[in-house]
This record gives sequence, structure tokens and C-alpha cells, in this order.
Amino acid sequence: MKLREIAAVLNATISCGAEKLDEEVEMGYSSDLMSDVLTLDTDNLVLITGLVNLQAIRTAEMADIRAIVFVRNKKVNQSMVKLAHENGMCLLESPYSLFKSSGLLFQAGLKPIY
Amino acid sequence: MKLTFTIQGGDFTHAGHPSSEVKKVLKQLNIDNKIIKNVVIALYEAEVNVVAHAYSGTVNVEIDENKITILVTDEGPGIPDIDLAMKPGYSTASKSVQEMGFGAGMGLPNIKKNTDEMWLETEVGKGTKVKMLNYFA
Repeated sequence: MKLREIAAVLNATISCGAEKLDEEVEMGYSSDLMSDVLTLDTDNLVLITGLVNLQAIRTAEMADIRAIVFVRNKKVNQSMVKLAHENGMCLLESPYSLFKSSGLLFQAGLKPIY
Repeated sequence: MKLTFTIQGGDFTHAGHPSSEVKKVLKQLNIDNKIIKNVVIALYEAEVNVVAHAYSGTVNVEIDENKITILVTDEGPGIPDIDLAMKPGYSTASKSVQEMGFGAGMGLPNIKKNTDEMWLETEVGKGTKVKMLNYFA
């Protein structure tokens, strides 16, 4: 699924990495717990989270995750955008809840990791 | 090649900086991406442990042709029961650490999972040393 389609499905705004919207991701993982994200062996995924802090970006950096959707209408800050930009990531902000975002993406064909 | 970094306890803003630098160096050395991911996830977990539990820490990285060895040393409370601390899901992290997205009791087990060898030395009331080794092939 293209990041562009994910943004459309989630009615999301793009806060970083608009040039990455044609990149494909195969799977999605929803979590507010970065400890769990760090245990994943997969990396071609989009992280869907309501945890809006620098450590969400750091976690994605270490786990080679290239796209994050922040849900519940949370807004990323400047230092998050800066770090994401340095790492070539795409950041999206959706007004929907974690549950609704995950459900819509699953329905649209994004695969779960497990 | 040797690299050294310092970590401040409680400073979540800079947690991940050493891991990030190590990642850049390993990429420049054309190390396999899967191995880089293992190394930086283990180091990042160790950094978060220092930030979450200790007062201060240092990271000493040594890279040679075949392997990377990382020693994370902290001044902190130490670990009273290592077996318990290695058990997935066991955590003594504070609520503020959990609000940062950590403190789920997965740190030490995940370091073990992502390294080829891991040693842990700890003294209650003094601090903890975690040594991590990953081979490049």
C-alpha cells in the first residue's frame, strides 16, 4: 500500500516526508509501547501510534521504520520533524483514534505482522 | 575504531543519540543492515535503561574488522535480582518512564535477543555494566 493511500484513508496531514508518499509499505503495527516496537523483526511497516514524543521517532530510526502515523489528532513538534527528516521518514497526523485508524487500514489491505 | 558517549539519567530528549551515531558509522562501513539493526536496537535499549534507572552512564564502542563490542556502564541503583530483571515483562520502571513508551520489562531480554553475546555485571547501590558483542558475519 502506498503511503499516499494510507494518508487518504486516514484523512491525514503530512508533517514530514511528502516526497516519500509513493513508497510502498506492506504491513502495519499499532502500539503506544515503544518497547514492543523494538522487538519486531519486520521493518517494511508503518507504525501507528498515539505516543507523540521524540522517542517514537528514535524507535522508528533504530527499527528501520520509514513511516509513522500519529493518531487521535496529536501534533508532532519541531524537534520530531527535524529528527524524522534527518532519517528520511514520512510522518502523518490523523484525526482518527488508534482503533479506527487500524481498522480502516486493515480493511484497505494493509497486513498485520501477527 | 573507538567511540565514547555519555548518558544523563532522566534525559529522554537525548536518549538514542549514541545509537544514532553508531548506526551512521556502521552504515559507512557497509555492514549488513540486519546486523546494524540488531546492534542499534540493543544499544538503544541499554541507553533507555540508563536514562530510566540510573544517574549517569557512559557508552564505549569498539569496532574492528569482524565485530562490534559495546560497553554501557552506569552509576545507579544496580539490579538486585538479575534473573528477575532478565524475565520478559518484569519491570521496576516509574510511571514517567512508561509515559515515554518504555518500562515494559522488555529491555534486557531484547538486548540478549539482538546480540551474539551479552554480559551483565551489577552491584546494588553502585551501578550496572552491560557488555554487548555482535559479529559482522
